Amino acid sequence: MTRAMTAIIGVLVFLTGYTASAQTKAKAENVPEIAYQSVPNFLKLPSDLYLGEGIGVATNSKGHVFVYTRSGDTRLFEFDQNGAFVREIGQGLYGFEFAHAVRVDRDDNIWAVDEGTNMIIKFTPDGHVAMVIGRRPEAVEGLVASAPGTPEPPPEPYVFSRPTDVGFDAAGNIFVTDGYGNSRVVKFDKNGRFIKEAGTRGSQRGQLNLPHTMAMDAKGNVYVGDRSNARVEVFDNDLNVKAIYDNVGNPWAVCISPGPHQYLYVSNSIPDNGLAQYRDITGEIYKMELDGTILGKFGKPGKQLGEFSTVHEIDCRNPNELFVAEITAWRIQKIILRPQAATATGR
Amino acid sequence: MIRSLRLAVLILSLVLVARLESQDAIREIGFDASADLFKLPADVYLGEVAGVATNSKGQIIVYTRTGNPTVGLGNSRLFTHGGSRLFQFDRNGSFVREIGQGLYGFLVAHAVRVDPQDNIWIVDEGSSQVVKFSPDGRVLMILGRKPEAVTIRQAPSGNANATPSGRGGTGAPGAGGAGDQFVRPSDVAFDGEGNIFVADGHGANSRIAKFDRNGRFLLSWGARGTDPGQFNVPHSIATDAQGNVYVADSGNRRIQVFDGRGAFKSQITNIGVPMAVCVSGGSHQYLYSSHSGDKYGMDDATIYKLELDGKIVGKFGTAGKLVKQFGLVNAIDCRSANEIYIGELTNWRVQKLSLRPDLSK
Repeated sequence: MTRAMTAIIGVLVFLTGYTASAQTKAKAENVPEIAYQSVPNFLKLPSDLYLGEGIGVATNSKGHVFVYTRSGDTRLFEFDQNGAFVREIGQGLYGFEFAHAVRVDRDDNIWAVDEGTNMIIKFTPDGHVAMVIGRRPEAVEGLVASAPGTPEPPPEPYVFSRPTDVGFDAAGNIFVTDGYGNSRVVKFDKNGRFIKEAGTRGSQRGQLNLPHTMAMDAKGNVYVGDRSNARVEVFDNDLNVKAIYDNVGNPWAVCISPGPHQYLYVSNSIPDNGLAQYRDITGEIYKMELDGTILGKFGKPGKQLGEFSTVHEIDCRNPNELFVAEITAWRIQKIILRPQAATATGR
Repeated sequence: MIRSLRLAVLILSLVLVARLESQDAIREIGFDASADLFKLPADVYLGEVAGVATNSKGQIIVYTRTGNPTVGLGNSRLFTHGGSRLFQFDRNGSFVREIGQGLYGFLVAHAVRVDPQDNIWIVDEGSSQVVKFSPDGRVLMILGRKPEAVTIRQAPSGNANATPSGRGGTGAPGAGGAGDQFVRPSDVAFDGEGNIFVADGHGANSRIAKFDRNGRFLLSWGARGTDPGQFNVPHSIATDAQGNVYVADSGNRRIQVFDGRGAFKSQITNIGVPMAVCVSGGSHQYLYSSHSGDKYGMDDATIYKLELDGKIVGKFGTAGKLVKQFGLVNAIDCRSANEIYIGELTNWRVQKLSLRPDLSK
């Protein structure tokens, strides 16, 4: 019995391809602290619903909040602008296995990125599936244990390997960061047709090592959180590298606010491994200009209200009212920034 | 000089051949399509649509890969369940009901067909089973047995597509045993006497197995290969009113035609990669064959309409995700020759296609 369980666990470790993630202290120094507060108990859940790991959070134009969570199953919930539960979307969906990101496009379509099924799913605002990109491996292939170090097969246009995030430009083109297995950014047209890709695994300019999160500005530039390389790599709309910001730690989550003056938020999240050595060097979120100028930072690691417990996605539709999803606290926090009160020493 | 003259003649003749071929081009059949037929309950979602079929009342039956295929941990073995569901809609697309909730054999949907008595037959390539439901949704007959458990295989380096395992999942390629031990079966069809033909299928077997109306094994034919009577993934199957059997031999890019005892009659080879076939009802029967030339459903697809003798009447549709485009068509229903339903794997939907011969060119 014990031996069987050990074997199974060994196999599961193989399957998840677990690798320890190192986290680095941000190079930026003397960054002003931005005062902020967390709204307590913003989301109101029915008594029989529980959030699991807070993986994805996004708002639509009405302020509704979408939460993509690794619960007992991976599930997608919608809340209204006051945090009241509206409904679940995609019950038992074939594409839901292991949540990674949720985003809302300019037409309020809801996009889920699932790294368990290798799929990007587009829902209409009323929750129907409008399009899928990528394909879940057929279950009939059964379980295949792959030894660590097995090389990834070369990427194929429509086959993701644990994709991580999705974004859109004004023309409706779709950009996908892909991901844990592949190391690339892929551009599709609005009808899901492959246009081009960029990136291979590595640390050179234009390469990627765990593109974990991405955001787009109004000009269609692509900001990729190149997490294991501890940098944000900025690509233009044709996926040529424009700039690299390597002073804000390991970007677990990035977000760009809308409006005439756009801001870039980058979370140097505390790793999910719970090691105390990272407590003093990570956990903060940076507010930046699109050109990489750091305006300030806020937050520290921890489990209390207002502390951050491995932030995995940020919504910044309102640049002063953020939503953050946290892996290891199983929650979504609504964060109110007070930039007027910002000082060099904090509140 | 002579050489250049020869070259000129060669070029001229090539141009002429090209001209002739373009004059002989396959007619494009005009059609309309609807991709949002169904009014689904808020908590029901289609996934990959592996099977779609209509019954005599025009109701639409959909066998879809949806929900999470789940592995349960046992003592030393892993058990799979879930992953596919069977839904029934009325002719207007309103949801009627689900059939077979939590059924033991629902793992990886591959086909659904309705017989002349309106019984509903599903083919599951994960459980390697064929299940017959009565028109009111009760189980009447089972062919094949689900593997008890799945085993975990060590993948060869860089290759995740190892041979599947479980009952029927192993063994040398061949015709399979004299019985219903299927290996990832793909489709089912019936003749006028109620005999049952199972295409078997995706796995080590490469055969058509014939059973009588009571599920008693009669015979099987075929083995892996490229000769007449051999198969490389017999992916879809249909019968005509005379009891001839049309097998979409997808890996060999042909449809083979057999009589009801498995004797080879002819083959049709100019229709790409046939992944789904259907023979329409009525006095003048047509054969539809869906070609999927790339594995994403984004680059190369169309549906051919043929006479039963293999003459191409025309074709319609292209690959992609928009309405009137096709993403890996896995099933065709053509009870009515000009109103056909298709099930798509990569677009997670059923499209109703209304052919418009008046708009063809």
